[in-house]
Amino acid sequence: MLTNIGFIIGIALMYAAPLMFTAMGGVISEKSGVINIGLEGMMYLGAFIGAAVGYYSGNPWIAFLAAGFASGLLGLLHAVASVSFAGNQTISGFAINFIGPGIALFLSRLMFNGATMTKPIPMEGKMPKPFNGILRSLSLENTFAAQVLNQYATVYLAFILIFIVWFIFYKTRFGLRIRAVGEHPRAADTLGINVFALRYICVTLSGVFAGFGGASMSLAVVSLFSPTLISGQGYIALAAMIFGNWRPRGIMWGCLLFGAAEGLAVYMGGRTNVVVPTQVLSMLPYIITLLVLVLFIRKSNAPAADGVPYEKSSSNLI
Amino acid sequence: MKIFKDKKIFSSNIGRTIISLLMGFFIGALILAVAGYNPLEAYKVMFLGVFNKPKYIVQTIINSTPIIFTGISIAFAYKTGLFNIGAEGQFIIGSITAAILGYLLHLPHLIHVFLIIVVAGLAAGIWGGIAGFLKAKFDINEVITTIMLNWVAFYSLNYIVQLDSLKKPNAEATYDIQQSASIIVLEVWKKSKEGINWLNEHLFFKDIFKTRMNWGILIAILIAVIASYIIRKTVLGYELRSVGHNRQAAEYGGINVSKSLVSSMMIAGGIAGIAGAIQVMGISHRISTLSVMEGYGFNGIAVGLIAGGSPIGCIFAGLLFSALNYGGGKVQYILGAPTEIIDIMVGVILLFVAVPKLIALFPRLAIIFSFTKGKMGGEDNVD
Repeated sequence: MLTNIGFIIGIALMYAAPLMFTAMGGVISEKSGVINIGLEGMMYLGAFIGAAVGYYSGNPWIAFLAAGFASGLLGLLHAVASVSFAGNQTISGFAINFIGPGIALFLSRLMFNGATMTKPIPMEGKMPKPFNGILRSLSLENTFAAQVLNQYATVYLAFILIFIVWFIFYKTRFGLRIRAVGEHPRAADTLGINVFALRYICVTLSGVFAGFGGASMSLAVVSLFSPTLISGQGYIALAAMIFGNWRPRGIMWGCLLFGAAEGLAVYMGGRTNVVVPTQVLSMLPYIITLLVLVLFIRKSNAPAADGVPYEKSSSNLI
Repeated sequence: MKIFKDKKIFSSNIGRTIISLLMGFFIGALILAVAGYNPLEAYKVMFLGVFNKPKYIVQTIINSTPIIFTGISIAFAYKTGLFNIGAEGQFIIGSITAAILGYLLHLPHLIHVFLIIVVAGLAAGIWGGIAGFLKAKFDINEVITTIMLNWVAFYSLNYIVQLDSLKKPNAEATYDIQQSASIIVLEVWKKSKEGINWLNEHLFFKDIFKTRMNWGILIAILIAVIASYIIRKTVLGYELRSVGHNRQAAEYGGINVSKSLVSSMMIAGGIAGIAGAIQVMGISHRISTLSVMEGYGFNGIAVGLIAGGSPIGCIFAGLLFSALNYGGGKVQYILGAPTEIIDIMVGVILLFVAVPKLIALFPRLAIIFSFTKGKMGGEDNVD
């Protein structure tokens, strides 16, 4: 029984990690006042770059950073459109959802002989499981502790990132500025905060984090990139962000809820004799999310200026 | 260069859209060139891939039908300030409804079709309405609810396909709908002996009848006109637009905002649902297990946004989107260039649609450009 629970928790953590990275990308952008619906496209490109660089370099960390860098460029593009040109952030973000997968598959076909799928990353190129050796030397394999703790490095990094983002938001001056810019950019501007620069940093970072999210999918959960690998995870990260009410801790629980439902589906689908159709199981995370939203409804905590382009004066560009 | 000096081009909606399209093609060409393909050749293949044969044109129109619908759905909700990411799920609900009613009911032809459109529209309307209701009642962001509902619809379809009473043996699909529910043009006739004989004598028609040409596009145009009329000429449309423009002001002005949110999402859902029904009645005749979302909803978002929220504009944007994808598919086949260039182009087009301010800067850039050009050769006096 205990190992079964451990199994579910283990799967939950594995599937939650990519969502956590990406949702942190979402929240850092939105806290600064820029809606980022392009997380899906950024995650998609990150997943491809992670797998491709992982395949060619054999080094997961170089691959992981390259994925963050590539998706950071998409973040920068979104920043140019939505900050410099005060564009429609929803449309610009949605554009990223075409451009990201477009570039990923375009490059994939050029690099992998016309295939939209990368070759599998060799074992040493895959994300390591840092506690694997320790758990094995203590001969704790297949125990509850091992099921829960023997995770890919990205899982621990995801939790660390959540802590860092929380710390920045609520414990540093930089975070206070981000929140000020997201709530009332004009007031922040009056106080001498550079609204444009700050939004540029945050939106670009959102791309970097979403890229990490994608890479933690292609370098850890599986060990290759395929066109269906991401299929909607970026949107789910977005949902987890809204679910978590734009707060890192709430978002963490949102991602874990999705992971847990996924874990439950994997467990019930493969390890029990329960005759619940897999399709119904797969529906669970989404129905649970809707129910939780309806039952535990709190006041939305979205930044006041989220989605509103900031313009210093009406004539700064034209 | 006269066109660049006429600033109106850069401030009108249509002008901006055209410039966005040109930028999409321009950047697409750059990327193709960098990757080592001749962009002119690629665009020629795409153009011929759409216009070279009547069959291709018909196929482009057939493919445009569902995304015109979902585009209108997004455009309609957008007018109320709602972002309907749920067209995908609403489309699925419509297609499930059509597959079930199309197979189980036995009715005279037109009645069968009409009934399916109405019921599919209602079912998907209720599905979309859930998101509107949750927004109105609990202030839950419609982006999150529609994303969730998309997945619930997706897995519902996969569940329903597996039901014993509907599943065709040895297939990952339901039984075909009855002939009376099909909207393929002259479907029975074109397979009959006289039909075959006639078509053999008229090769032009033989060519286009090879496609699953159906009445869907006419229904799509009709829906676009109705949606446009509702938005622009009716009290309901006025209320929806007011809510979209400024919710607080609308409330103050005595408009029932909650009701508007629900009805807007219901109508948007209904339109996307009819698209799903049309797709089943006109193309697939059944529903099959899905491994990934088909993208009608997501492509519809692009169409609705390129159309600038205008239902009539969705017809053109849908045709363009369909042509890009259909013609683009042949680029890979003939030149070996990745078809994904189309997605990048669509993304670039959307990116420029998002930044009217950048496009407003174009006249200045053009003036600088013509100025330097004039210094160098003076050939700019041609206009």
